[in-house]
Amino acid sequence: MIQIGAPAAGLLLVLPIVTPLAGLLLLIGWGGRHAERIGISLLFVCLGLAIALASIVWSNQAPLSYWIGGWAPPLGIALKADGLSCALLLLTSVILVASGLFALGQFAIAGTPAPSRASVSFWSLALSLCGALNIIFLSNDLFNLYVALELLTFSAVPLVSLSGTRETLAAGLNYLLFALFGSVLYLLGVVLIYAAYATLDVSLLAQAVRPGPPLWLALALMSAGLLAKTALFPLHLWLPPAHAGAPAAASAVLSGLVVKASFFLVVRLWFDLLPGGPGAAPATMLAGLGAAAILFGSVLALRQVRLKLMIAYSTVAQIGYLFLMIPLLNGALAAGTWDALAWTGGWLQLIAHALAKASMFLAAGLMAEAAGHDRIDELGGIGRALPITCLAFCIGALSLIGLPPTGGFVAKWLLMSAAVRQGQTIWALVMVVGGLLTASYLLPFIARAFTAQPLTFTAVSRRREVLVLALAIGTFALGLVPPKPIEALEIGRVDQLKASPP
Amino acid sequence: MSETDLFGLCGAGLVGLGLFGLIAEGLPLRKILAFNLLGGGVFLIFGVVARRGAAAGLAGDPVPQALVITGIVVAFSATALAVSLVLRLLDWEEAADPSQPGESGEAQS
Repeated sequence: MIQIGAPAAGLLLVLPIVTPLAGLLLLIGWGGRHAERIGISLLFVCLGLAIALASIVWSNQAPLSYWIGGWAPPLGIALKADGLSCALLLLTSVILVASGLFALGQFAIAGTPAPSRASVSFWSLALSLCGALNIIFLSNDLFNLYVALELLTFSAVPLVSLSGTRETLAAGLNYLLFALFGSVLYLLGVVLIYAAYATLDVSLLAQAVRPGPPLWLALALMSAGLLAKTALFPLHLWLPPAHAGAPAAASAVLSGLVVKASFFLVVRLWFDLLPGGPGAAPATMLAGLGAAAILFGSVLALRQVRLKLMIAYSTVAQIGYLFLMIPLLNGALAAGTWDALAWTGGWLQLIAHALAKASMFLAAGLMAEAAGHDRIDELGGIGRALPITCLAFCIGALSLIGLPPTGGFVAKWLLMSAAVRQGQTIWALVMVVGGLLTASYLLPFIARAFTAQPLTFTAVSRRREVLVLALAIGTFALGLVPPKPIEALEIGRVDQLKASPP
Repeated sequence: MSETDLFGLCGAGLVGLGLFGLIAEGLPLRKILAFNLLGGGVFLIFGVVARRGAAAGLAGDPVPQALVITGIVVAFSATALAVSLVLRLLDWEEAADPSQPGESGEAQS
């Protein structure tokens, strides 16, 4: 399956990683007052690269891989882009570009020519975050992935503490400690895998692994580490204060993308290393934690009095849905088939949530700017003051609840159909209850936003309002996409099933 | 018991101590130290793996050694970031309560 594309194609796999990291150096060395311009233009370049890569993989209908420096694994590191990687690469650039556009001018000190320190920090962190995410979605080497995970943490933690207040510093430190705990566990798993199989390349490992105590121990350690970074219940404690305390543009990226990267690796570990699937017990355990996350996250969201904290708790709940895809895929693999419904449903849920949540966090940022606070009780009537922002928030909320016609509806519908078809109705039931709970914390807020008498709100930038709406329309459009492009998520998957031993 | 086994057991012991510290300790500085202990244990296990995988007349498998060097750099940066956050928090504590520099920051955060 490994195929070396033409040099130009190989370059397309390297450039999404090199561009933001080279830009980071440029920005630190020469940035200063140009920080904003360098940052946003490089994010646009990354978007262009992601589009180019996706269009090549789409036209070949086959994954693209490249050995860095021409060194073949196990010595070298392989980069690989299948349909899923391309989709996530695109998602990363879209959300980063949107958050970047939202942040334009936000971190500059008005009226002074000198750049503020927060501005340089924000843009360098955004670029390193982009580089780290791109490595995670493209790399095929477990240790390389460890380094990328650390880079991601080191970019995400300062974003949380950007404002430098005591609360955000404490939230950032707490996040960092959770993340370090996770990465050391992941690294320990990497050692055990290297000790047992003498390679860290995912494709080579898939052929070499034999189920046994070393493999189970390694996978358990790595999964526990990744779950801490994904903030899956009960390791979610760090997420709400961190995501709610960050500036709006940073929250959108943190909630939309950063926690998804480690989830992506959980799935790669259990389904790429083990072509036969994880087996019933691990799959049920992961999905059980996901179900608990949906219920606890939603109930906690219901009890919040601050809007940003409510949205952050809703992230905890929505992450749970992602894990429900694992037992469904596993059930199909155990029967010797591939469940396309569960696969595309799970990843669509990730994409739809990323777009919806980014738009909702940015909308919450605008509402907080207009009102001067984000206390839910005092935001009644804000829908009359900021109709565009509130419309965006509504679309995002519909997607989170799972109402048509949004991406969230299609994703949850696919997952539920897969669950019902396989007779694993318990997971479908969890999704129904989760949807009702989500509605119960989002709809009252929306109703009051449009019906209550507005208090005094200051005006916000129209450009930002439109940007937030554009992201929300992305969520909406995802619900109208015909099946063919969605099948692209499976490029490189069906071959794998055929290649794996029965 | 061979030399390699002994180092392996030491590594496992450090990992155990570090994990316990990271979970059970309340103060951030102690958690950071526990993280370093845990990291040290993992790096030692890397060394043991390198030794056990030695072949072709080499004293050790070079790949895990290369990985350890990267790992140490990453752990160092992580510690630096964590300590700088603790120091910034300490500034806030001192501003809030000038009479007790030092201790209050560690205790509160």
